Amino acid sequence: MPDWWKKNLPNKGVVLGLDLRGGSHLIFEVDLKRARQITIERIGLHLQSLLEKKNFKPSVKVEGERIFIQPVSDEVKRLVRENYPDLNLTEQGQNIVGELPESAFKRVETTSVDQAIEVIRNRIDQLGVAEPVIHKQGENEIVVQLPGVKDPKKALEIIGKTAQLEFKLLDEETTLWRELPSLIKQGEEEAFLNQWKAKLSENNEIVFQKIINKDTGVIYKRPYIVKKEVLLTGDLLAEAHVSIDQRFNEPYVSLRFNDAGAKIFEEITAKYVKRRLAIILDGNLYSAPVIQERIEGGNAQISGSFTLEEAKDLAIVLRAGALPAPVKLIQNVTVGPTLGKDSIEAGKMAVIIASILVVLFMIVYYRLSGLIADFALILNILLLIGALAALNATLTLPGIAGIALAVGMAVDSNILMFERIREEIRLGKTPKAAIESGYKKAFWTIFDSHVTTLITAAVLFHFGSGPIKGFAVTLSLGVAINLFTALIGTKTVFDFIYIGKERKSLSI
Amino acid sequence: MIQILGKTNIDFLGKKYYTLGLSFLIFLLGIFAIFQINAGNANLGVDFAGGLSLQVRFSQPVSLTEVREVLDKSGVKDADIQELPTEKKILIKLKKQQEGAQDIIEKSLKENLAAKEPIIESITEIGPKIGERTKRDAILAILAATVGILIYIAVRFRFHFSIGATVATFHDVMAVLAIFYLLDKEINLIFISALLTIAGYSLTDTVVVFDRIRENIGKVAKGAMTLEALMNKSINEVLSRTIVTSLTTLMAAFALFFFGGEVLHDFAFAMILGIVIGTYSSIFIASPVVLLLGKNSLLKK
Repeated sequence: MPDWWKKNLPNKGVVLGLDLRGGSHLIFEVDLKRARQITIERIGLHLQSLLEKKNFKPSVKVEGERIFIQPVSDEVKRLVRENYPDLNLTEQGQNIVGELPESAFKRVETTSVDQAIEVIRNRIDQLGVAEPVIHKQGENEIVVQLPGVKDPKKALEIIGKTAQLEFKLLDEETTLWRELPSLIKQGEEEAFLNQWKAKLSENNEIVFQKIINKDTGVIYKRPYIVKKEVLLTGDLLAEAHVSIDQRFNEPYVSLRFNDAGAKIFEEITAKYVKRRLAIILDGNLYSAPVIQERIEGGNAQISGSFTLEEAKDLAIVLRAGALPAPVKLIQNVTVGPTLGKDSIEAGKMAVIIASILVVLFMIVYYRLSGLIADFALILNILLLIGALAALNATLTLPGIAGIALAVGMAVDSNILMFERIREEIRLGKTPKAAIESGYKKAFWTIFDSHVTTLITAAVLFHFGSGPIKGFAVTLSLGVAINLFTALIGTKTVFDFIYIGKERKSLSI
Repeated sequence: MIQILGKTNIDFLGKKYYTLGLSFLIFLLGIFAIFQINAGNANLGVDFAGGLSLQVRFSQPVSLTEVREVLDKSGVKDADIQELPTEKKILIKLKKQQEGAQDIIEKSLKENLAAKEPIIESITEIGPKIGERTKRDAILAILAATVGILIYIAVRFRFHFSIGATVATFHDVMAVLAIFYLLDKEINLIFISALLTIAGYSLTDTVVVFDRIRENIGKVAKGAMTLEALMNKSINEVLSRTIVTSLTTLMAAFALFFFGGEVLHDFAFAMILGIVIGTYSSIFIASPVVLLLGKNSLLKK
């Protein structure tokens, strides 16, 4: 086959849904209300310690989504504005009242969801599931599809635990680096670790960085040797976000630790200048920046040759430990592999038996015409499966039911036409004339019945969720294809047989 | 030529008051079922009601009583245990989410019925919010489909026909719903797709009859025939198509019913009911409704 031809052909068969091949379909909900609350509480805590340092003897209280700050003074206001330009400040009696505008909250909500997705994706990579699907649904839901998961409980446990962000020192003294391969294939981590366990000193361990080949999409892992000691954990991090360097127009990630974190961070940076600090989320290394100098005050920047996308990802990872918006499982539909297999077998069996019954009936009842109808039917099913593969549609059990209905309608179209042709023959018309007028008269009936079904299918596709959508896809495809095979396909065969030489009888 | 039916001349509309009366009763039963479903007195699937449902397979036949005993002992409350059409399989449902219920059930089944090797084949756990949303989506889908079809038929035919088709289709959906409620079968998302399939099928049947009536209205000279006689003639003309199509569709539905496995079993059952009722309604409900609405106005002027 020529290349351009192959390129336009579907390269995979029909994808089976989780209900047929087994797997878990999970929906998580991110608690946005809690995310908003945590944000405002963090600001309150930070302002309290900030103002204390400047000897204001402040009182900062958070009620609902508002911050009440005492004492009231221009200097306090200036400081608050400097640190949180977003905060709207008003004076109410003894308090400065700070409120975040809705746009700022919206930003918090979006980042919370993005961050939860990143954390979940990271966890699933650890599970080693082939072809997981993770995406956002609506405002605050995350859909996770895990095909072929054998132990869904373990998967849920791993996904559900709190994110663990750690800072560890890269071991640059060991000579083992020279032996370390730069990349290994995904899935070979465990074997690799076993092989290397003996070589490492007891203070060291190996962590992996995920590397995606941008051209092929293949995932590799790059091993790093780090010291086991955890220098700093993510809960001490107050904030992380992406900024753009004005001079070089390069993105960097700025982070801020809370007071306790700032002290520890200062000690670390003093002790390990020019060494590399590994940022590790749930055992995966994301970045290992070089400590340039001792950093006081807890504000730091990670710069390097990031793309904006990479910088954003790193900020998300850093925040994963900092702002844990709770995630709750709200739907779990898991089908075991044996049930899925049983369903496929049973579905196949039923479809084969139904097809044989209908095909035989048509031949017995309508003879040669029935045979023509059967050919159209088979053509219909082939086109339908081809269309499903081309559209990358997923075939689910309700989808099979949709095919069954479409096939039923295909048979019905033929019956409608044949009964009409029989009527015309009873009126004494010749075979050729009977076929012509039979087709003409049955055309609009078939058209109307198909359009009404298409309307139903379209509505189901729009409003339905999950399984109903699968039903709607196969049904509407099947009906559309049938309009072609029933009205044009069989007519062509009839014309071929009966046009030209005028036959005396019609096998119908 | 093999024929199930030759040329018939049955007075279908002569019995219209009986059939309309019967269908009105079925309709009332359907309304009653909807109220009961809404009040939570029906066998609602977890996809609508929320909760937990576990499908368990055993290596040997198991009785509902022994499973119930095991669950009672384990402290899991209000478990609803059902038999599945496939042997050696049961369904355990919990209406309310109970912390850790899934683990408790799995553990106590494995401990107490170890000889029968229970395996959890599928888990469905739905939060109340998702259940509510699914319910709302399903109702919205049914309403939108109804309106869409109403408009299409009103455009392609006349408004009276649109009412007749809608009444007949609605009648079928209500009847199947009522039967499922009376038999205490599970009302879930798959059942809703079955209902919509039935609606589509019944509508096709009705459209075929209406098409023939429209065609005949165009052919018959004014005053030559009453609308009732014309409708009878039309229904008789398409009767053999109606019967043959119902037969082939029933063949497919029965194949799904007997060989399609437990997931498609109830779907197929609903389809069988729907085909029979849909055939009935396209003959005995749709046309009588049009007749009662527009006795004279529909014939050619």
